[in-house]
Amino acid sequence: LALGAGIASADEDAALIINGETEMVVRTEAPAHLENMDEIRSGWTFRSAETQALQMDDFDNPGMIFVDQAIDTWNQVSGSEEKSCASCHEGPESMKGLRTQMPKWNEAAGEVWTTEMYINDCRENRMGADKWGWNAKDMVNMTALIALQSRGMPMNVAIDGPAQATWEQGKEMYYTRYGQLELSCANCHEDNYDNLIRADHLSQGQINGFPAYRLKNAKLNSIHARFKGCVRDTRAETFKEGSPEFIALELYVASRANGLSSEGPSVRN
Amino acid sequence: MKRITLSATCLMASVGLVSAAEVAPENVEYDEYGAVAVSLSGTAGDAAAGRVVVSTKSQGNCVSCHAISELAEEVPFHGEVGPPLDGVADRWGEAEIRGIVANAKITYDGTIMPSFYKTTGYIRPGDAYTGKAATTDTLPPLLTSQQIEDVVAYLMTLKEE
Ligand code: HEC
Ligand code: HEC
Ligand code: HEC
Repeated sequence: LALGAGIASADEDAALIINGETEMVVRTEAPAHLENMDEIRSGWTFRSAETQALQMDDFDNPGMIFVDQAIDTWNQVSGSEEKSCASCHEGPESMKGLRTQMPKWNEAAGEVWTTEMYINDCRENRMGADKWGWNAKDMVNMTALIALQSRGMPMNVAIDGPAQATWEQGKEMYYTRYGQLELSCANCHEDNYDNLIRADHLSQGQINGFPAYRLKNAKLNSIHARFKGCVRDTRAETFKEGSPEFIALELYVASRANGLSSEGPSVRN
Repeated sequence: MKRITLSATCLMASVGLVSAAEVAPENVEYDEYGAVAVSLSGTAGDAAAGRVVVSTKSQGNCVSCHAISELAEEVPFHGEVGPPLDGVADRWGEAEIRGIVANAKITYDGTIMPSFYKTTGYIRPGDAYTGKAATTDTLPPLLTSQQIEDVVAYLMTLKEE
């Protein structure tokens, strides 16, 4: 096949060890609820060797600058209650393990909540501060700081119990062929992962690496921003960040990565 | 003798009729295998123009899913989602190719290949790639009837035998 020389294929079996010490699970057996695939793989395994290398050392990972900014925000007093995140949660390490369960059922609210929703609940109702926009820098950076506390821990999202109906809704969306191109998430990320679509090497569309630093826009990107781009590319009317539809889709897609290490902030192209 | 002359006149008359009008997307007649016998535009396809449609991102962008060796030097990065189109004219006739390009879902049930000459029946149709809702009930087809004829003419040149 006469393909352009610009696509440097990655080493399929490469291992992801961060800072020479934290070994990540980037390939593992698919969770039982995944009917059509035997093995799940992190998006990292599909990237070029150069992009992969950027995630192997925190000095090279451009996403870490934004984590540093989030540490400042964590300690910064804001809002009418004159509190910071640190006032109630102590250090960010108190968030250890949280990212692997997100999104999750919130008993008090009676619905599935993402990390962004928990953060805004604290800002609005506990700090008396303004809510952050879903893709606002402060918000995405804070989700990266929280994700980092779980780096290397296996994704373990609950899909049963009260979250099940939301999970089913997300699953149905995953297989719906949206837009004038009539393409579902599964058409690209389940039926065609490892294939090139034009110059893009299709991954399994996993979200264990989020938020993801993209070389394309040189910032951290939220899960819903990525979903939005993929739906738009089918010539469809997209859903909004934070919409009930994207929350359901996030739960379903997150559960497809159960068993892979949480990688955020990851580096992608 | 007389009879032959008559049928030849009939044939010419019917060809004349077809070329007078374009076939709208909702009026395309597919046979049971998905083939379309009649030209959609009524004007012969131009293979050189079709070659541009196939390789241009804002038009057919067929190369995002299909590799075509003959184009590889000029147009980099061909996809692997669909089969390579080298020699496609050895595998299919013109009517079958026209049907596949117009609406591949009739030839291949459930295929990933988009339908290029269709205007309705979409879930959350958008306004092109803006992410906004479509502004009309029926969408303009992805390719015009003439673009499809041009693409068919181009694909008919892809022979290996
Ligand atoms: C005034 C106290 C207070 C402040 C200030 C505060 N939080 Fe919270 N936060 C809480 C409480 C209480 C909970 C609920 C704990 C529970 O239900 O288990 C919570 C829950 C959370 C959760 C969900 C944790 C879980 O295990 O489900 C996240 C994430 C979070 N906070 C982030 C933040 C961030 C980021 C900030 C600062 C921008 C912040 N919080 C500020 C008190 C606070
Ligand atoms: C037309 C093909 C196509 C469709 C349909 C599609 N995507 Fe994607 N998606 C891509 C491409 C190309 C990329 C970038 C390369 C990659 O990571 O696969 C991508 C990337 C992603 C990523 C980032 C993965 C990572 O590791 O950084 C996620 C998550 C994702 N897609 C989810 C989805 C979801 C959910 C849907 C359905 C709502 C969807 N995609 C539909 C083509 C598609
Ligand atoms: C999103 C992917 C995609 C795009 C875009 C696409 N195709 Fe296809 N095409 C396919 C797939 C997949 C098949 C195989 C049919 C199947 O089994 O589903 C196919 C089959 C075909 C075939 C039959 C091939 C053979 O050798 O039997 C032709 C001809 C064809 N496509 C032409 C085109 C043309 C022309 C365009 C652009 C105007 C185009 N395709 C755009 C995915 C695509």
